[in-house]
Amino acid sequence: MLDTAVAIETPEGIDFDLVPSGPVARILAYLADLLIRGVVMIALSFFLGLLGGLGSGLILVCYFFLEWLYPVVFEVTKGATPGKKWLNLKVVHDDGTPVTLSSSLLRNLLRTADFLPFFYATGLISMLCNGQFKRLGDIAAGTLVVQLTPPQALPSQELPAPMLPPVALTQSEQAAVIQFTLRQEVLSKPRQAELVSILEPLMDKLPENAYAGDSGESVDEKRVKQLRQIGAYLLGKTGQGQTEQDSSVRAHVDKRL
Amino acid sequence: MKQALFEQMNQPFWQEYAELVGLLEKKQTCDFRQFVPAYRRLCQHIAIARHRGYSPHLVEYLNQLNWRGHQLLYKRPSMTWIGLMGFLRFGFPQAVRAHAKVISIASLLMYGPSLVLIALILWQPDWVYSLLDSHEVARFEAMYDPDAERLGEARDAESNVHMFGFYIQNNISVAFRTFATGIAFTLGSLFFLVFNGVYFGAVAGHLSHIGYTEPFWTFVVAHSAFEVTAITFAGAAGIKMGFALLAPGLQTRAQALQRAARDVVPILYGTILMLVIAAFIEAFWSSNHSISAAIKYSVGGGMWLLVLLYFLRVGRWRESI
Repeated sequence: MLDTAVAIETPEGIDFDLVPSGPVARILAYLADLLIRGVVMIALSFFLGLLGGLGSGLILVCYFFLEWLYPVVFEVTKGATPGKKWLNLKVVHDDGTPVTLSSSLLRNLLRTADFLPFFYATGLISMLCNGQFKRLGDIAAGTLVVQLTPPQALPSQELPAPMLPPVALTQSEQAAVIQFTLRQEVLSKPRQAELVSILEPLMDKLPENAYAGDSGESVDEKRVKQLRQIGAYLLGKTGQGQTEQDSSVRAHVDKRL
Repeated sequence: MKQALFEQMNQPFWQEYAELVGLLEKKQTCDFRQFVPAYRRLCQHIAIARHRGYSPHLVEYLNQLNWRGHQLLYKRPSMTWIGLMGFLRFGFPQAVRAHAKVISIASLLMYGPSLVLIALILWQPDWVYSLLDSHEVARFEAMYDPDAERLGEARDAESNVHMFGFYIQNNISVAFRTFATGIAFTLGSLFFLVFNGVYFGAVAGHLSHIGYTEPFWTFVVAHSAFEVTAITFAGAAGIKMGFALLAPGLQTRAQALQRAARDVVPILYGTILMLVIAAFIEAFWSSNHSISAAIKYSVGGGMWLLVLLYFLRVGRWRESI
């Protein structure tokens, strides 16, 4: 695959993909954090400044915390600093587990090295040379900054009435037809026609009377619709009389489980 | 089984699972015992969905549920307060002893130049001006001037707190920098160790030469036991990390770096603690000039002895050497 996704295998033998975050999102997250830290620092300096020597001591301690431990505290407790959270990023270990205090401390102390010689030049070069966009701190600590997709509900689409494919399809062919069926909305009309035209020999085998659409549609539109009907069949959408079959299958499966 | 039926049958379970995970994520009370069996069942569903070639949309949806559960189930042990006690009792001194070699190298790199510089400047006093500019020299002279009025009495509490903040901010940053720049094939750590050694040697040599011996050494002796030791530790950790890149052995460089970094983490935790202690002593004890020199020297000596004994004797239990 051409994308940068990293497959993580869990102890249960399941793979899931993590998408390492690229430099742009991370720079934006860093700048957001910098802004937050700056604002907090100015506010603190203003209020603690009223306390004289005691206050200025506290200001310096706060400055130390904001400079070095701000990212560590947020990464360990929430998985990401506010800036990263804003961009839906999260810091995890290479194996996908949440980051620990040790790893977070390491990756954040090594910011100093990544910062050299000016404004994260080393870190940026390291990120661009690394397949998983790791800066030196990430390499040493064995951590990964991943891009999360916000939780979403199971997509449900209106599908046309199912239709039997004219020939038996292999599993990868079925997968391709299913993907086309579900992704039809995001493809342009000409692209849809182009994709369907690949299947011309298949579509020609369809019986003429199986299609009950408007006569005003073009051949391409008709074919796209037919292919989606096949996809609906492969997905297992049934017409009428579905409930009885469902309950019998469910009883059967429940027995097995 | 076709996908639609599979979805229809398992949808209620997925929703239940998502609610349970949501509660666990927010750390609210819930029936957590259901979580692990539910997680396993979800894993099975993913395996089925992939095997049967169900749509990527479904697999993606399930994967996301799985990821949220995975984050909750597979957490590596992190440091706790009880762990901290064990760390002070065993972990830290053992980690230091395990790295005795690299720590002695780092110490040599810091103490060596200091001693050489002190000797050099006592022999050729003018050389201090080729190392430090005259403003700095004047500043140090003013700080430790035995005739200055403020040396006679204890500094007031407010400026003590101010200096405490300054020491925390400055010294720990110096230690962190000494560690982190070691990743550049040890060069950064080497530089900062030698630089600190030279700087301290030049100041100490100069102040001893002009006869400010007592105010300077009584100030430095107590907290340096923690501060200087901590900075050599940080430097040693940096050297170890950089050396792993230089000579990775049978591992790849990335692996060697990761392992070395993991090894030195206990030393880093310890370094932070030592520097906080040092900042306390430096701000509230060292600066108090109303205490007689004899007491200050003996307390300082005691501190050094304490540090030495701690790293040599504490936590020998079940140590593998």
